[in-house]
Amino acid sequence: MSTRFPIARLALRSIASRRASAALTCCAVALSVLLVLGVQEMRESARQSFASTIAGTDLLVGPRTSGVNLLLYAVFRIGQPSNNVSWQSYERFATAPGVDWSIPLSLGDSYRGHAVVGTTEAYFRHFRYGRDSRLEMTAGQAFGAGTEAVLGAAAARELDHDVGDEIVIAHGLGATSFLKHDRHPVTVAGILAPTGTVADRAVYVSLATLDRVHETATPSFAPAPADDGGHDHGTAAESGEAGEHGGPGEITAFLLGLESRVQVLRLQRTINEYADEPLTAVIPAVALFELWSVIGVAENALLAVGALAVLTGLVGMLVAILGTLNERRREMAILRSVGARPRQVFLLLVSEAGLLAGAGALLGVALKTAVLGALASPIQTRTGILLESVWPGSAEAVVVAVVTAAGLALGALPAWRAYRNSLADGMTIRL
Amino acid sequence: MMHDATQNGPPPVLAATRLRFGWQPSAPLLDIPALAIAPGEKVLVRGASGSGKSTLLNLFAGILTPVTGTVSLLGTDLSALRGAERDRFRAEHLGIIFQLFNLLPYLPVLDNVLLPCRFSARRLARARASDGSEEAAAHRLLAELGLPDAAPASAAQLSIGQQQRVAAARALIGNPEIVIADEPTSALDEDSRAAFLALLQEECERVNATLIMVSHERSLEPLFDRVIPMRELTGGTP
Repeated sequence: MSTRFPIARLALRSIASRRASAALTCCAVALSVLLVLGVQEMRESARQSFASTIAGTDLLVGPRTSGVNLLLYAVFRIGQPSNNVSWQSYERFATAPGVDWSIPLSLGDSYRGHAVVGTTEAYFRHFRYGRDSRLEMTAGQAFGAGTEAVLGAAAARELDHDVGDEIVIAHGLGATSFLKHDRHPVTVAGILAPTGTVADRAVYVSLATLDRVHETATPSFAPAPADDGGHDHGTAAESGEAGEHGGPGEITAFLLGLESRVQVLRLQRTINEYADEPLTAVIPAVALFELWSVIGVAENALLAVGALAVLTGLVGMLVAILGTLNERRREMAILRSVGARPRQVFLLLVSEAGLLAGAGALLGVALKTAVLGALASPIQTRTGILLESVWPGSAEAVVVAVVTAAGLALGALPAWRAYRNSLADGMTIRL
Repeated sequence: MMHDATQNGPPPVLAATRLRFGWQPSAPLLDIPALAIAPGEKVLVRGASGSGKSTLLNLFAGILTPVTGTVSLLGTDLSALRGAERDRFRAEHLGIIFQLFNLLPYLPVLDNVLLPCRFSARRLARARASDGSEEAAAHRLLAELGLPDAAPASAAQLSIGQQQRVAAARALIGNPEIVIADEPTSALDEDSRAAFLALLQEECERVNATLIMVSHERSLEPLFDRVIPMRELTGGTP
């Protein structure tokens, strides 16, 4: 039976005959879909990237502040610490019963725009990211006791450094710092494999090295000491390293790994109630969750804007179809005269709307794939955010389905009018 | 099979009985006590524009239903059918030609001719029975109506005269029993008018289809078996 005329084919031809306006309508829908998918993609990727920056750490400890703030500056290196943690407190909790490992972190310095992280070799042994991945070295090794540095993958690439190069740490943040001391360069000992997190962009040095930078930073305003003096500093640093049990004065924060998860909450409370120094201990995942709920408002606002843009695009399509309705009354009368039912006239217009919306949505997905494909690598270099799913997936399928369904629903309006018209007009052609 | 046959001979393809239709009940636009059209007859309904010709054709085609009375096509009372059944009946038994702009501009000529076969299984089956395939039937009709394959394939590129021939081919494909034409020649010049009518009548005779045509042109009267002045169908009002 070929009475089941492919109305969709008729709709396609009809759209093809009005290519220019159809193309514009499709573009409006496509751009709005691109907006929605782009926002969605950035949000997913940012979350994924943030969530994978730290793993396996039971407690993050810093000075008294909000958990989100501590997480932001200590882990994601966004913002600056307001206070420090005394070495005594670090030692107190690093050696507390039940603590398996600890990583001290000292932030606040930079090397040519890259954050310098003062830590110990425990960082390379215990730090985890992603789904519990360890840090790997692509070249060289972790720093020992000497004045050595380890570079994150992105830092090494962007700074064009290799193992054996000498670098000079500046005091303070920013790409250029007036407080530089080039008398005590540190040697690049190793380069980390890429992790796709902010860790890639950092320069890691030992706490002792950092202390020495700090000690010599202020005197560097004074006339530069003699070469011998440099060597003196070197030995001082090594003795400082040896005396690390006495420890540097302060660190920014520290990470704790416990022997058993069961102890996390108790230790967290102990730290938060520590009388000798106001401290904050947070469970990273909990702080992340808080962060999402803060950011979620802005994300939802963006998504709402995107949804409104889609609606605007679809309303534009509706206007375009309604505008042609009068001039198409003849077409409807012809269809009726060859046996089309009013229902099929309705179907014709609804499928035109659905086709336009669906094609627009598909075009939007294609645009998004192209745009994000082109931008993925610059975005990763700039922000460390790895775009997770450049290729269309189920989220895109859902968006296409929803937009098409919305197009069909909106198309019912002109279709209903055409249906009424064709019932009233019959085969009478109104010119 | 009850007919109100008002004349001797075979049962009529179209019979209207006590038919009244009007937008205002007090002033009926159409008032037809009895009308019967025999198979193969070529009938001209002649009247000025605005005299209710289009309404009459809409009643004959089952698009409109009479206020009182009945219209029977091929023995089937149209008012007894539901809307969808009337649509189907129309697709299967009627070919319709309009005054102007008969074609869907976005479909190729061939697809325009094939439209009735898409909406009616019977027309499709009959086209296949007569020519092997519906496309062959369309090509034959187009050629017989003077539109060779070399003519433009896009409906939008045809002249008005060519468009009317395509419309005739579409009305005739699948051999419907009745062809209804609403002023099909009024947009044509004198010469093409006669040629078009001759071709149309020839094709109708070939398949023994009944031709019902409305027109305001008196000059066409000699070409038809029977002429019904519109005023006979409007209860005396002009």
